[in-house]
Amino acid sequence: MRYETEKTRRRGHADTATDTLARGLGWFSIALGIAEVVAPRALARSLGMKGQEGLIAAYGMREIATGIGILASKDPTPWIWGRVAGDGLDLATLATGLEGKNPKKGNVGIAIAAVAGVTALDVYCAQVLSGESPTPLPPMQDYSDRSGFPQGAGQMRGAASDFEVPQDFRIPEALRPYTQPQAPQHPQPSM
Amino acid sequence: MKALVWNGSKNVAVETVPDPEILNARDAIIKITSTAICGSDLHIYDGYIPSMKKGDVLGHEFMGEVVEVGPGARNALKVGDRIVVPFTIICGECDQCKRGNFSVCERTNRNGHIAAKAFGHTTAGLFGYTHLTGGYPGGQAEYVRVPFADKTHIKVPSGLSDEQVLFLGDIFPTGWQAAVACDIQPTDTVAIWGAGPVGQMAIRSAVLLGAKQVVAIDRVPERLDMARAGGAITINFDEESVIERLNELTNGKGPEKCIDSVGMEAHATATIDSMYDRVKQATMLETDRPHVLREMIYVCRPAGVLSIPGVYGGLLDKIPFGALMNKGLTVRTGQTHVNRWTDDLLRRIEEGQIDPSFVITHTVGLEEGPDMYKVFRDKQDGCIKVVLKP
Repeated sequence: MRYETEKTRRRGHADTATDTLARGLGWFSIALGIAEVVAPRALARSLGMKGQEGLIAAYGMREIATGIGILASKDPTPWIWGRVAGDGLDLATLATGLEGKNPKKGNVGIAIAAVAGVTALDVYCAQVLSGESPTPLPPMQDYSDRSGFPQGAGQMRGAASDFEVPQDFRIPEALRPYTQPQAPQHPQPSM
Repeated sequence: MKALVWNGSKNVAVETVPDPEILNARDAIIKITSTAICGSDLHIYDGYIPSMKKGDVLGHEFMGEVVEVGPGARNALKVGDRIVVPFTIICGECDQCKRGNFSVCERTNRNGHIAAKAFGHTTAGLFGYTHLTGGYPGGQAEYVRVPFADKTHIKVPSGLSDEQVLFLGDIFPTGWQAAVACDIQPTDTVAIWGAGPVGQMAIRSAVLLGAKQVVAIDRVPERLDMARAGGAITINFDEESVIERLNELTNGKGPEKCIDSVGMEAHATATIDSMYDRVKQATMLETDRPHVLREMIYVCRPAGVLSIPGVYGGLLDKIPFGALMNKGLTVRTGQTHVNRWTDDLLRRIEEGQIDPSFVITHTVGLEEGPDMYKVFRDKQDGCIKVVLKP
């Protein structure tokens, strides 16, 4: 996501693992969100939380938005922190499923364990991203002397003008007037 | 002998494989002295190119010394000759070869019937590049068999180093052909997407061919640095709008000539269309990620040229063909007709117009090859071009 960029350099790490993790969390967010939006009733039933379908669908929309934010932004850090906050909401909501005589408490427990695991990943990812240096770093290597032209790039501009472009590589005749400096050779076509 | 073999996606290893032997009269055996990892090898490494088999020897950019010659190639080669091997295997006799269209040689792909099913017609055999192109063992090895060796070679003089001539086998003529396909005029702005090895060669080629301005688009600082050294104006697509900047550089008219030296694995993560491509690719509904193609079609000046040396593998989605058609753009693409250009390019190297060794950033032994695939793929350590010394 950011390793190959100036932004990565600003953050100063030479490791794509965190970027890959962030991207993975983005996709996970979208997939989970779609499931919550498409099947809130089934999810509510499996967690013994009937009547919460609207809330689950809303959480799904939140997950999708966060996932898109992670994948589409140049810096996913605030979006990953957003996921951490969302995890807290999810855990709090799930905890209500442990109260009373909910026959699906087992499922709720599994869901809480899963969300807790993902929360740990989210927190780790957000902390690593936040800990990176905001100061721009120079390129890892200096290639400013690698022109490839022993006599200098300025000297070599047009040095191959003796090269004759083969006929089959030339611009189609009909388009040449528009791509060459001289005036059109043919009269303007009438419309 | 030792060779780098493909054992699956992101799995390359140094293994002992059988030594190559002369199988046909026109074969030759080469002892490899220098071999490179090409950007298109990374498409294989990442698992995006179909029809690789476990144990296939990789590599299609290599050179060395002739150690054995079949009777049918002795008119052209002898033991001890120093040659660069073009990545396209050519017969020199079919209709396409006679026209100089070497990359679509009709006879050298021994799996031509498979290629014909996929593409409609066969294309040339390639070294180390899937069974769709013949399944020929590649040159990231100590030795290689060169089929049709009497034609499939470029003799190089002893006065030039391996590093100066190695890239005649692929990236230099590939960048050159991409620029030639633009039929560059002195008033042209040539925009080049991707400042990897082929992009770097395309930049130098466009400069040599006299473009008014050459613009390189990438986001890796070292690559942009090297592009500027070669005479290009640079755009970091992570930091500014490619389309706005190109229009600004061309008084709102767009570049006349656009070169895609990125291909199927575009990395523009912060755009809607690239996210769409990621989803479709992950769900196997699309094989390639053509963000660069879409951007080129959009920004290219009407009646301009799109030159596409970047490798594409299969099916591309949401190509704005309406814009392409209505703007009257010319599209030129294809694998490189290497031998069509190499005499001229070798002369330019000898005359000191260009020294392609500028692009080499890492030189290591063959045993470090697997690690270098990862370093090159992830653009770590300022890596732009890797040369292996078997």
